[in-house]
Amino acid sequence: MSPALILAAPAGARRSWRKDSVLPGFPLALGVTLTWLCLIFLIPLSALILRPWELGPAGVWAVVTDPRVLAALRISFGAAALAALVNAGLGLLIAWVLVRHPFPGRRLVDALVDLPFALPTAVAGIALTAIYAPNGPLGRPLSELGVQVAYTPLGIILALIFVGLPFVVRTVQPVLEDLSQDVEEAALTLGAKPPQIAWRVVMPAIAPALLTGVGLAFARAAGEYGSVIFIAGNMPLRSEIAPLLIVIKLEQFDYAGAAAVGLAMLVLSFTGLLILNSLQAVLARRGRA
Amino acid sequence: MTLRSLTPGGAALILAALTALGLLVVLPLAMVFHEAFRQGLGAYLTALAEPDAWAALRLTLLVAAISVPLNAVFGLAAAWTIAKFEFPGRSLLVTLIDLPFSISPVVSGLVWVLLFGAHGWLGPLMQELGVQVIFNVTGVVLATVLVTLPFVARELIPLMEQQGTDEEIAAITLGAGPWTTFFRVTLPNVKWGLLYGVLLCNARAMGEFGAVSVVSGHIRGLTNTLPLHVEILYNEYDFVGAFAVATVLAGLALVTLALKSALEWRHAGELAAVRRH
Repeated sequence: MSPALILAAPAGARRSWRKDSVLPGFPLALGVTLTWLCLIFLIPLSALILRPWELGPAGVWAVVTDPRVLAALRISFGAAALAALVNAGLGLLIAWVLVRHPFPGRRLVDALVDLPFALPTAVAGIALTAIYAPNGPLGRPLSELGVQVAYTPLGIILALIFVGLPFVVRTVQPVLEDLSQDVEEAALTLGAKPPQIAWRVVMPAIAPALLTGVGLAFARAAGEYGSVIFIAGNMPLRSEIAPLLIVIKLEQFDYAGAAAVGLAMLVLSFTGLLILNSLQAVLARRGRA
Repeated sequence: MTLRSLTPGGAALILAALTALGLLVVLPLAMVFHEAFRQGLGAYLTALAEPDAWAALRLTLLVAAISVPLNAVFGLAAAWTIAKFEFPGRSLLVTLIDLPFSISPVVSGLVWVLLFGAHGWLGPLMQELGVQVIFNVTGVVLATVLVTLPFVARELIPLMEQQGTDEEIAAITLGAGPWTTFFRVTLPNVKWGLLYGVLLCNARAMGEFGAVSVVSGHIRGLTNTLPLHVEILYNEYDFVGAFAVATVLAGLALVTLALKSALEWRHAGELAAVRRH
């Protein structure tokens, strides 16, 4: 019998809103947690949620439907969605190779996958710009082919692929490691072709993790600022991202307008994550059935 | 498994993955050092010896030294609450703690301006008190704390959940006091996880750009952190200077990755991030 069972408080001794425990420190730990969460996150967040309405509902609507704001939101969220899609494929490939095809130096490569998490975004931004600028090592050959990456929406997508890369790898990799190869071998024995196995056996098992990773990469990319502003060119209506518009509005002391754009980003982000979550729930249900 | 068991298909996949990582991750890293040393070691060292760069480095270290311990204490308290007790609203609390990760860094800076800026809710009060938060080190610290809030907590919560409460209950039963139990039983059990969380928290605190950029005001020598200094130099077309400062941050990233990997290899059983695998 575990100590928890021996020491459980006698029934009816003292009714509490939480499950009784002999461990001390609940009020203190909960107090510290809630105080810090309120001071650092919830109170500031409430300012973001409340301040746009100083403009009135019509004013908020006017701000978020302003063509420049709409264009910026479209660029931030559109590029984030495209980058997350690319990262789904790339992340799947890298995770698969790391788990199923060991090669010399695998551990080093595994560690390098996390570099976009560790490298400050401003550093990534100027490095990517230097590479893809028209006179950069990759920018020059690409521009000779007629493709311009830096200072175009393509550059934004590229920077967002960089920042989102580790998410899919890190969510899919552990699931692949736990996936028993017996099932795949059984499918092979029963005559399934490799593409069939990949699609009908492996994919259903990793789909929920893949969606989680795509969601994380999308949320991160939609709000990304540091790695994007150097390579984006920041042309209004064309390559201006939503976080930059917030910065511009703040510089003009348009607090309510900046908060309205921030709130719109928050709502769009959570809508995206909600859609991915429901998709995941559907997949999980189908997986069990 | 050895290379001998490699199939042509496997080799092609490995090659594709390595090419993608090489172009996306290794090339930018190499580019930072290439550009920094473009005009030779002398120019590199001169750029690093700038007093403004040193002031930025000092501020970055100061901000991390304040924010990381605060969020480490928060992470320990949150993990103790969530992992060791059952109470209504527990999963809501977990969601709230994770939420700052899904918010744009610029918004994480914006919220502080909305509170303490010249036209902020508390702006006039702060002015009367003579306290400046925005365009000041205080604002930089607040923005950094918000951005790095989840790091330690999200590493410790799953770890402490896995470890359960048996050892703490045993200690209490044997007569140990609450703090003795915490410092002699719980803390030693989670020390590698705590270090892991602190490591990631610190890397983000020192490298944060968007949130800090909104509240700092970019005052050279005063409220400029290293990442902001990179931006200033870059916008002044001082590319050697910008990339020289960037090498310091890239070095920090590489050290972080090395320590993180070392922890993952040597203490895999004592880290939630790895045990989940």
